[in-house]
Amino acid sequence: MRALPPPPKKNTQRRTKVPTLPPLMRSRAALGLTAAASRSELRLQQCDDCGSVLYPPRDACSSCLSVDLSWQAVSALGTLLAQTNVHISTNTYFRERAPLRVATVRMDAGPSIICHVHADCEAGARVQMINRLDKAGQGVLMALPQKVTPNMDDDPQLRELTAHPKHRRILISDGRAGVVPFLVEALQEAGAGMIFVGLPEDWRPEPNGQALRDRQGVTLLPMDVTDTSSIRRMAGEIGGKVDILINTARFVRPGGILDRRDTVFSSDEMEVNAMGMMRLAQSFGPAMMMRGADGDGSAVAFVNLLSIHAIANDPAFGSFNASQAAALSISQSLRAEMRSGGIRVMNVYAGPTDDEWHQPLPSPKVAPQALARSIVQGLVDGSEDVFCGDFAKDIFERWCRDAKVLEIELGQGTG
Amino acid sequence: MARRAYDGVVLTAPVTVPYQRYSNETAHWWIARALREALSLAQMKPQQLDGLSVASFSMVPDTAVGLVQHLGLSPRWLDQIVTGGASGITAFRRAARAVQAGDADVVACVAGDTNRIDSFRKMLSGFSRFAMDATYPYGAGGPNACFALLTDHYMKTYGATREDFGRLCVAQRDNALRNSDAIMKKPLTLEAYLAARMVSDPIALYDCVMPVAGAEIYLVMREDDASARGLKSARMASTIERHNAHSDDAIQMRGGWSVDMDEFYAMADCGPHDMDLVQTYDDYPVISFMQLEDLGYCDKGGAADFLRDRDLRIEGDFPHNTSGGQLSVGQAGAAGGFLGLTEAVRQVTGQAGSTQVPGAKRALVSGFGMINYDRGVCSAAGVLEALT
Repeated sequence: MRALPPPPKKNTQRRTKVPTLPPLMRSRAALGLTAAASRSELRLQQCDDCGSVLYPPRDACSSCLSVDLSWQAVSALGTLLAQTNVHISTNTYFRERAPLRVATVRMDAGPSIICHVHADCEAGARVQMINRLDKAGQGVLMALPQKVTPNMDDDPQLRELTAHPKHRRILISDGRAGVVPFLVEALQEAGAGMIFVGLPEDWRPEPNGQALRDRQGVTLLPMDVTDTSSIRRMAGEIGGKVDILINTARFVRPGGILDRRDTVFSSDEMEVNAMGMMRLAQSFGPAMMMRGADGDGSAVAFVNLLSIHAIANDPAFGSFNASQAAALSISQSLRAEMRSGGIRVMNVYAGPTDDEWHQPLPSPKVAPQALARSIVQGLVDGSEDVFCGDFAKDIFERWCRDAKVLEIELGQGTG
Repeated sequence: MARRAYDGVVLTAPVTVPYQRYSNETAHWWIARALREALSLAQMKPQQLDGLSVASFSMVPDTAVGLVQHLGLSPRWLDQIVTGGASGITAFRRAARAVQAGDADVVACVAGDTNRIDSFRKMLSGFSRFAMDATYPYGAGGPNACFALLTDHYMKTYGATREDFGRLCVAQRDNALRNSDAIMKKPLTLEAYLAARMVSDPIALYDCVMPVAGAEIYLVMREDDASARGLKSARMASTIERHNAHSDDAIQMRGGWSVDMDEFYAMADCGPHDMDLVQTYDDYPVISFMQLEDLGYCDKGGAADFLRDRDLRIEGDFPHNTSGGQLSVGQAGAAGGFLGLTEAVRQVTGQAGSTQVPGAKRALVSGFGMINYDRGVCSAAGVLEALT
């Protein structure tokens, strides 16, 4: 595959292409595929009674009529039986992107799947199936070559399913976060275009500041997520150039509700962690949504960094986690609202981070390098939910199994 | 248990309401026109009709029940057929047994659909649950891409070429030029077929049917009733239907006919080569190939060789899709599943006019329907004969 060249400078005389979406309608059963795609996991339905792997999604097993079906990780390997280039489609989204490569793949796990197919897949070849979200936020399957090929991520059909940073311009909301230098490095390694970094109270000395200032392709901007007018000013300047917004702003202090005598810290936590996200979305979101189909450098993702305790409170950081729960709830609303513009709202969940505020906590703690890698990998995969580190993955698994049991364990300090 | 023959039951009063590319009318309107014409041939009043079988995709939100009240009918036997391209034969199978058993005296088997601007797209997006979940989201909405995949695999597996498919399309166009009701009115050459723009390769423009509005009807009644009404009629010597056959095949290369073929010809007491004409369901040429193979004309993959030495035109040695088929007449939704059958009734009763195969006494009619996901689910076939 030929490497994707940087997108040409935008011609502001021409109308920006209005984002259209692929079909949104799915049966309830099919939403299991979408749920797995939100984590970029390949899962297919499997019969709990006879073990048959089923596709398309069903309500009953087509081998034994059992209604006990569950979404299981299955072998991603298959064989490409047939392929076509769809030149003419009845759907506007596909018409604009024609020709589309579509294939029939016989999965080693059993079923035949009609799917998107990477341009480097040849007839009869062994392929690897991935499950990704499309622009409508629904799960779709795509066959990739079994072995990595040059510039593989640049395939236009694959790029539609991801939020790949390559050639994309990025706004990082708060340069003071420990993760930022590593994040800038990882994004640039992935081929990112210009990176804008917000710096609140930029008169204050800032350890990251000079290194970022010296770095090629990085522009520092005075911006504070608690200051609406500073955000509006920046949105006015660069709002039309932000393809990916990564919100790194965070205010964290230890302690539960009764560890404090007032709500001063709690207000700050809410102001930065919840309201800050809202302010960024209100100022940058609409412009991003208008640019959801703006060529190879289209706007693609709004990224939030959250504590995994957003889904289940750990009282050791009880007040902070309340702000994380609020932020999670806001992100869910945003996700639904930004869908019409084809913008993915991605949440990266981490356990305790390796910083001054979590210093007395035992390992494992999330290193800023690891968090940066997870963010970039999430963009490359186009995930909606990314769990960084074993701690976050463990909490998520336990939450899936029984949210109440998890709450009890966390409340007992045994979590 | 041996199946009962369709003794004493006939098909009669075949009517094709001439198709239109687009229509602002409803399915109800098209079906009403077909019913009115068929009943007038049988000299019946609508209220006298005691059996009705309806096939349509565009009656929404109505079903056959809503249609009955809409049209002022009062049948004592009512059926709705959902097998799409197999609906012509499957409608007959049910109607004939009702008439044989005395549950109805006359069953009107009707199929009709309208085609408004953009109604095809809307129909595709909600065609089936599997289509909604597993093909429409890939741009493969509608049968074009699904059949392109089958055609691609068929060509690679059996070495068939676009020329092989093209010859079938060209011959059908020749037939259609004799049918004044065909939507396609220009001659088609093999060169033009090969040069046509790709729709979803290897499927190009002339491999696809044109969605149109139209209706088809025939009446099923006792043979004595038909002759008392002075109607020319035909008998059905044998039928089969099968759904979701070979579901373990990784990709569809055969249909349900192959399961039931032996029984089919045993009941008809004849073989594939005893036909005066053949009407296959031709939504794409590869499907006609598949039917010829599964109905015993040649081995699997042999259709290209089989057809290469044959002339598929009306006067040829293998008259096939004599009205021009859906590829040249158009596909009026569910009526596409009737087109071959009504034409065959006209043929074996000597009423086909400008498309008449001289001396046609026996016809094979085959149906194939419903791309629910990656393949056609329904298959059916019948042997239609002149009354002796």
